[in-house]
Amino acid sequence: MIKKQVTILNESGLHARPGSILVKEASKFESDIQIIKDGKEVNAKSMLTVLSLGVSKGQSLEIQVSGPDEKEAIDALVSLVEKKFGE
Amino acid sequence: MIQGEIDLLKGISASSGVAIGKVLILQEETVDIEKDVNGDIEDELERWVQAIEASKKQLQQIQMKVQEEIDREHAQIFEAHLLILEDPAFVDEVKNKINSEHISAEFALMETTKHFIQIFESMENEYMRERAADIEDVSTRILHNLKGIEDVNLSSLEEEAIIVAYDLTPSHTAQMDKKNVIGLITEIGGKTSHTAIMARSLEIPAVVGLKDIVNQVKNGDIIGIDGEEGIVHHPLEDDVKQNLLKKKQVYENQRKELLLLKDAPSATKDQKRIELAGNIGTPQDVEKVLQNGGEGIGLFRTEFLYMNRDSLPTEEEQFQAYKQVLSDMEGKPVVIRTLDIGGDKALPYLDLPKELNPFLGYRAIRICLDQVDIFKTQLRALLRASRFGNLKIMLPMISAINELHETKKIYEEVKLELDQEDKVYSQNIEVGIMIETPSAAIISDLLAKEVDFFSIGTNDLIQYTIAVDRMNEKISHLYDPFHPAILRLIQMVIENGHKEGIWVGMCGEVAGDPKLIPLLIGMGIDELSMSPSSILPARKLIGHISTKRMKDEVQELLKYNNKHIKSYCENLLKKIIGDEIQ
Repeated sequence: MIKKQVTILNESGLHARPGSILVKEASKFESDIQIIKDGKEVNAKSMLTVLSLGVSKGQSLEIQVSGPDEKEAIDALVSLVEKKFGE
Repeated sequence: MIQGEIDLLKGISASSGVAIGKVLILQEETVDIEKDVNGDIEDELERWVQAIEASKKQLQQIQMKVQEEIDREHAQIFEAHLLILEDPAFVDEVKNKINSEHISAEFALMETTKHFIQIFESMENEYMRERAADIEDVSTRILHNLKGIEDVNLSSLEEEAIIVAYDLTPSHTAQMDKKNVIGLITEIGGKTSHTAIMARSLEIPAVVGLKDIVNQVKNGDIIGIDGEEGIVHHPLEDDVKQNLLKKKQVYENQRKELLLLKDAPSATKDQKRIELAGNIGTPQDVEKVLQNGGEGIGLFRTEFLYMNRDSLPTEEEQFQAYKQVLSDMEGKPVVIRTLDIGGDKALPYLDLPKELNPFLGYRAIRICLDQVDIFKTQLRALLRASRFGNLKIMLPMISAINELHETKKIYEEVKLELDQEDKVYSQNIEVGIMIETPSAAIISDLLAKEVDFFSIGTNDLIQYTIAVDRMNEKISHLYDPFHPAILRLIQMVIENGHKEGIWVGMCGEVAGDPKLIPLLIGMGIDELSMSPSSILPARKLIGHISTKRMKDEVQELLKYNNKHIKSYCENLLKKIIGDEIQ
């Protein structure tokens, strides 16, 4: 299992497009991926639950990945956040 | 609805245009949902999986169709729908309910849908609340597939129709027969609802928020719709019909003309190209410039970033605004003016001195060269944003050449800082100045050697030159753009600019004045930046002007007084308009 803390940097937070981009990326991997915010844990492959977290710019989350491709998965997701989902 | 008027129904204007046609009511079949399972759980789960698969295929087809027929952005909505179908939280919750509660797939679907809709409808963010509508739309699709109900088909209509419905979802409008749907009316919704957005893309009239309309009309009724007014005429009286038809004709003529002019080059009768650009105050104004065929932005006023707040705008905030405009303009030139503010506007956090003559006071470039931090922040943001488009930086209120020298020094310092921070910026940024003080106009020959362009700010140039405050009612009639002093200065500035090979534009009100444009062209102006709504009329006008002829006329004209010049210009304009009509 790999865990990493990230801060959401883009203007619209994990609303709208960024949320779906994150979910699409997470769904590419076999590993189990959870997003944890304020103690609430959700499945990163579920768009509705990720969107319903309502993450705004400046908030931090923990990404938790566990499975055969966990290294690639965590790198890919962290990179998305750092690149501000292309915004 | 307006009381007492049976033939005028008023809703919310969602998309402008006029249409007269037959009503076609979109009525959703009410579906009976049984809670109990007919048969065993395994079969029920299989039905669920099949329905999801069928829905996926349909959505993929629709997505492709919309992308081809409309654009990528509208197709994105269906991307979101597909993600909902693939969402494990959604799909698994239904499966679990079927298994544990022994209920039908339809019932499990409705319960799960309700659950998620509740979550989204109670979120603070408006965008999130609108996602509830998407969930509803997808759920209805799955339900129809479960029940084997064909979706109401708007995809091939036999004749033209105005669609009337309680609401129109993306799924409805995606498949609409674009040729035959000539108007949309819904009971719910607002200016930014999906129906409004779709209607505007298709350029058909739409009225939303018209309560109870579905019950007020029958299929086949002939009604009139005036999108701009948000009015539906039913029943449609003959005289009203005639007026509507006239309005429709005017509307269509305007649209045709606009379409022709919008992408046409701005060129004079003898083929000289003039750049016609728009003045903007915020990034939101860019759309209007593009819609009106603007070839660039000749003045982006940055004061909005500094006003109505209690602290200076950060570099990041400025960067985002500049970046947005530069990229929205897609490589077309964008002239951004540095801070041009003074004691006449209240900026509480700047501690500006109380002045007797704020227009002759501590303002604009004078503040920037005194409070260098403010200037540097703005220049940093501009440079960092430069790689996203075609940036030109413009300095306001230059009155002496050393202001230019000081600015350049600071500019180079900022560039060095950015280099050290490994920040990238464009190497092709033009730096120019506004000519709005008489002193700048008179030494424009010297200034032209040190800048990449001039933009003449006639509003202030006229005030300073004639020594008149245009806001002072007693003497505002003296504020006269036809004053030969002004016109001679403008001519001199253009000549001096051209001698050094730089372009000369204009961003004051005079730039958009059809009475003066012919003169400016005769003087050799290269660019005119004006309010977006003036661009297309200007383009039309320019096509009737010969630069060569105007050049000769101007030579003569500047020997005379205001009255003579004004009269000449008014007559010339009348003649040109007369020629146009022929």
